Amino acid sequence: MSDADEEVVDAGYDEWVTAVADGEGYYLECENDHGSLPPRRVCPHCGSLDIAEVPLPEAGEIQTFTVTHVATPNFTEDTPYAVCIARFGDVRVTGQMRDVAVEDVEVGLTVEIDVAQTETTGDDLVVFRPR
Amino acid sequence: MSGVRVAGVGLTPFGASPERTGRDLFAEAGCDALADADVDRDDVEALLYGNFMGELAEHQGHQGPLMAEAVGVDAPATRFEAACASSGVAVREGVKRVRNGEADVLMVGGAERMTNLGTAGATEALAIAADDLWEVSAGMTFPGAYALMAQAYFAEYGGSREDLAEIAVKNHDNALINDKAQYQREIDVETVVDAPMVSEPLGLYDSCPISDGAAAVVLVSDEFAAEHGLDASVSITGTGQGGDLMALHDREYLARSPAADEAAEEAYADADVRPGDVDVAEVHDCFTIAEVLALESLGLCEVGEGVSAAADGVTTKDGEMPVNLSGGLKAKGHPVGATGASQICELTMLLRGDHPNSDAVPEAECGLAHNAGGTVASAVVHVLEVVA
Ligand SMILES: [Zn+2]
Repeated sequence: MSDADEEVVDAGYDEWVTAVADGEGYYLECENDHGSLPPRRVCPHCGSLDIAEVPLPEAGEIQTFTVTHVATPNFTEDTPYAVCIARFGDVRVTGQMRDVAVEDVEVGLTVEIDVAQTETTGDDLVVFRPR
Repeated sequence: MSGVRVAGVGLTPFGASPERTGRDLFAEAGCDALADADVDRDDVEALLYGNFMGELAEHQGHQGPLMAEAVGVDAPATRFEAACASSGVAVREGVKRVRNGEADVLMVGGAERMTNLGTAGATEALAIAADDLWEVSAGMTFPGAYALMAQAYFAEYGGSREDLAEIAVKNHDNALINDKAQYQREIDVETVVDAPMVSEPLGLYDSCPISDGAAAVVLVSDEFAAEHGLDASVSITGTGQGGDLMALHDREYLARSPAADEAAEEAYADADVRPGDVDVAEVHDCFTIAEVLALESLGLCEVGEGVSAAADGVTTKDGEMPVNLSGGLKAKGHPVGATGASQICELTMLLRGDHPNSDAVPEAECGLAHNAGGTVASAVVHVLEVVA
């Protein structure tokens, strides 16, 4: 058991966030070119156990988005904010749009991925910035 | 293989009763179901109970035995959890046990206490149905997830906020005479479209309310019903369940619900009926867009056409295929763990002819229930038929 006040990481996920923040994002690719996000031991699309880290493409595209006005307690001071699903090659990622007014977010926007902090808690989150 | 009769149903009023404990809610629904079934509580061989957020709302795990005790049933009890499909999967398990000959009498149901958490707390609790690492961390709420699907639907198939509003208007209209419903209030398209935004393009009136409530059914074998002379004319003749990847961003489709396609296909085959045989349906409209996805997965509308079914009058009370005559989750309310079982209650009453809206479907012989968990990573479909 670890002490409650000790920072416990989510292995696989936290390393990925750090890598994205350092501009070295990656995703997992199976032998059949299916993309997914860590931590995984099995490709969720075909069940392959042969998966490896490959670099995340630098440019992504917004595929759908929503501007959220009613948030959970962890995001109340962040509203309104745009949650987006962006495609980067063979993988999609969920994150918030930054550096664009929420009313100007649109499907098809070309973005790059980064890590920023929430207004409410200061916790890290995945963000997209226009490219 | 025995048939599975719905011998009795029980429902609390759905709505805001923050002071009522989960055990009190379920006790009311369970006792009503036993009374409606005219079955002795000592005959119940197991309780299958659905609940989603009991740890967060009441700091209460291990709810199976607690609920059996509350309803006075001295039998093994198990809790089922599949987010908003929790009692749907419990019903499915009950159907299997009766068919297998493992039990002749079961109580199946669910309950949820939510409004004591407040809006922000309930929003947080509902969000745990999504992927915590990849979705909740980005600020995705439960309405936000369906909003992402709605936006993707509009982009792929068209449709408008006005089309979605017609679904809310329809379901509110259906709830007007349902005294168990949370909202017995007429609304119009303008009210829905002009309401405050929750997560664009979904506004306050595109969303189901936060609700407290419970539902229970008593399932019995054909043999037990015959031996005890029970008046149990409705059977669950088909059951199906489907699954999907947890996070929306990992799915092949952003504007469809393949888990429900699978569940429907299995349930139809199991009951040997087709979508054209369905007279009345209760579908999981936690948001207006969810009813659209449900209709298309169930084969009641072509893909891309579900969005206009309410506006075109197909799914309204006087349409050819009334959907959510109870008011649906939208107007009846959505105490999440109770919802799947409550759909079985509503359909049973509609088919028996003792539902407030039975007059809308006087000849109905086949009903369909569609219960979804999360962003439809879980889906359960049941077919109910009049057999006696
Ligand atoms: Zn693969």
